[in-house]
Amino acid sequence: MNATFPLDSRRAFLKKAAVAGGGLIIGLHLPRGSLAGNEVEPVAENAWVRIAPDNTITLICHRNEMGQDVHTSLALLVAEELNVDVNKVAIEQAPVNPVYVNALLGAQITGGSSSIRDAWTKLREAGATARVRLVDAAASRWKVPAADCVAKDGFVMHSSGKRLSYGELADAAGKLPATTKVTLKNPADFTQIGKQQHRLDSPAKARGQAIFGLDVVQPGMLYASLEQCPVLGGKATSVNDSAAKAMKGVVAVVNIGEGVAVIADHYWAAKNARDALRITWDYGPAATLTTDAIHATLKEGAKQDGAIVKQAGDAAAALKTAVKVLRAEYQLQLLAHATLEPMNCLALVSEKGCDIWTSTQYPQGAQGVAAARSGVEAAKVRIWPQFVGGGFGRRLDVDFVGQAAAIAKAVPGKPVKLIWTREDDTRNDFYRPASYHTLAGGLDAKGNLVAFDYKMVSSSITNRLFPGVVKDGLDGFMTEGSINLTYDIKNAMQRVVIQEYGLRSGYWRSVSHALNGFAIEGFMDELAHAAGKDPVEFRLALLENQPRQKIVLERVAKEAGWGTALPPGSARGLAMMESYGTYQALVAQIRKTADGLKVEKLTYVIDPGIAVHPDQIIAQIHSGAVSGLINTLRNKITIRNGRVEQSNFNDFPLLRMYQMPEIKVVLIEAGGAPGGMGEVGVPLVAPAIANAVFALTGTRVRSLPLADSKIEFV
Amino acid sequence: MTTLSVNGRRLDLEVAPNTPLLWVLRDHLGMTGTKFGCGAGLCGACTVHVDGQPVRSCVTPIEAIGSKQVTTIEGVSSTKVGAAVQASWDKIDVPQCGYCQSGQVMAATALITGNRAPTDADIDSAMSGNICRCGTYARIRAAIHHAADALKE
Repeated sequence: MNATFPLDSRRAFLKKAAVAGGGLIIGLHLPRGSLAGNEVEPVAENAWVRIAPDNTITLICHRNEMGQDVHTSLALLVAEELNVDVNKVAIEQAPVNPVYVNALLGAQITGGSSSIRDAWTKLREAGATARVRLVDAAASRWKVPAADCVAKDGFVMHSSGKRLSYGELADAAGKLPATTKVTLKNPADFTQIGKQQHRLDSPAKARGQAIFGLDVVQPGMLYASLEQCPVLGGKATSVNDSAAKAMKGVVAVVNIGEGVAVIADHYWAAKNARDALRITWDYGPAATLTTDAIHATLKEGAKQDGAIVKQAGDAAAALKTAVKVLRAEYQLQLLAHATLEPMNCLALVSEKGCDIWTSTQYPQGAQGVAAARSGVEAAKVRIWPQFVGGGFGRRLDVDFVGQAAAIAKAVPGKPVKLIWTREDDTRNDFYRPASYHTLAGGLDAKGNLVAFDYKMVSSSITNRLFPGVVKDGLDGFMTEGSINLTYDIKNAMQRVVIQEYGLRSGYWRSVSHALNGFAIEGFMDELAHAAGKDPVEFRLALLENQPRQKIVLERVAKEAGWGTALPPGSARGLAMMESYGTYQALVAQIRKTADGLKVEKLTYVIDPGIAVHPDQIIAQIHSGAVSGLINTLRNKITIRNGRVEQSNFNDFPLLRMYQMPEIKVVLIEAGGAPGGMGEVGVPLVAPAIANAVFALTGTRVRSLPLADSKIEFV
Repeated sequence: MTTLSVNGRRLDLEVAPNTPLLWVLRDHLGMTGTKFGCGAGLCGACTVHVDGQPVRSCVTPIEAIGSKQVTTIEGVSSTKVGAAVQASWDKIDVPQCGYCQSGQVMAATALITGNRAPTDADIDSAMSGNICRCGTYARIRAAIHHAADALKE
């Protein structure tokens, strides 16, 4: 939480701790990640748990805190096995290191609702290893069997009554030979995991003391404001900067290609001088792009066969023999991420290398792009990740880090903080892709679903961000929500088509679960009505081999009062899916008011298997619901002449307090291992509300946002 | 030279008088608790109090402040209501990413200072200028009620 990190202090401390016997460091080597492939320095301090002689216990947290409370959740995994109160664990943000690679994503990334899933065994083992070594160190000092000692509440105790604190044992424990095998607690014995816990960061965040990227201060720091080409992909060919340079406080003007930056002694001076720049642009190939053209390109893309995601039986034949066949097309819009903290980055290029202080979900990517644009070799680029003022996938891209490095390179030895305006942020995003979906369903004489044919057409984010990863036309981030469909359908053909449309796209919370989820769950509702069946009953018939999905569906029907009478002008809609290893179902209840429709209540039933931090699971579902409502009701990004038409919260309006529905979250646990949580609340909001709109008005809406179909919500 | 009163301290500053208060607080005074979200008074992340009233510091030039008293998130803890609001924020674990929360705490403190028993409608009306992109609204509402109740005791 300190605004100023003295350079190299953390690394130096870790080295000292590891080499000079300053305590115990526990880490586990992991295979080197392959997804991003940045060159990183060799593992010197591969560690999660540090116990210092002064009894300080620190989690070197390898995932970035962006609201999901990964600090407390990961600390819980360690604290549970180490037998210490999680509130006594200090958090230090990890640097870039191969040991911190996310095994589920192949790079040091916070995203994909994967932090707990990746860390579940790894960090409990780290905690248990520390515990075993502390016990061994004590047993060795006392010359007693380790089996007669226990580690609890920060002390190792012997049956004789002798005790030593973890800190007193840390040096000796650190010098023991490597521990190879530990036994983890039986979940029934957990005393902290799964219990009510406070967030470790609430007090700092309620007092303005949490340091986000935007808040970092370095001595002699300058500020930069960057005018970027109004058409994405364009370049600044020349600039008349005489007026800007004459303004007070201006230090330098730098053309970095995609835009021109003003460096000044204060942000306001930089911003005003930037507004005085006269730039000539080469707008590039996107200068005539429009939203209509994007949607037309996607529709055209549907003519391709694409790649097969999943196949069962013979869908084409079954459609031919079905008693009733339904066909539909669905479409989703472009969206901005709109994190409340605009993109920003503090960079210093000096003879020591390059230092980057920023809010990021992808420190390893930040290192790579900073190296590329500063000209400093990656091994000398140090990333100092800060609290993240909203990620939602936007900060998996590190364009702003590269920009800051390119700008700071112009003033060596001077730290420069690049701050985007809100308008910059809205217009220079990597947009949630637009998509186009074709669906066909066949019903038999009894109204059972016997054939399903599905195709999703969209842009591949993975092809842009991680070239070479997508094989055979199958982008794993485009198939989610389709490949993991939890319906037993005898004859099904599910395809995906990668169709680029000339605008950069980015991962947006829940990625394709929201795209496929809207199309498939909307269509399931259509099929249920076509079959003359209740939407719950229609789905239950397809869940014979889906026990967890069946339980959450039955439970949500009960919790939401499905089938019970509502006052006139109200209606319910339903949707369900599995995502990130977590099963869920959602009922949305809407109501007609004098001012338009209102989302009255969202009832979620969520089964993550194991709930590590239940209170923050509920918080994440609330948060996902808000992202889902942004996707559903009125938000969209539109393009005209290659320019993004929206700019700020006036024309990309985020949900406000008075618009919030009541949200009920019922948490059930099937056991096993924990599923992901950060994105789970998002994808079902749109289909559940669209299905409720149909129930209320008889209008079937197959494109988002609903406002585009004159379905206006308060 | 402009003189500004912030959290009870009088400060002399060499700053262009049309500079928004937000950037004076953050860049000149090193008080980074007040956040930049939109620069247009639309999101409330930059909310501070000027003579007790919630004000969007991103669109308030310092020349408009004169001798009025500015209170920021760094100073609000020393008020009885501010401390109660922050204690309720802790208890209910309101924050997620936390970026908007300085502004939320300032808006909530101003609300309760003027209205010791806010209804849900009062909360909607006082808090709807403050965006929380993470969606902590239900907990903000609960924490405001909790703080108001705690102050009655």
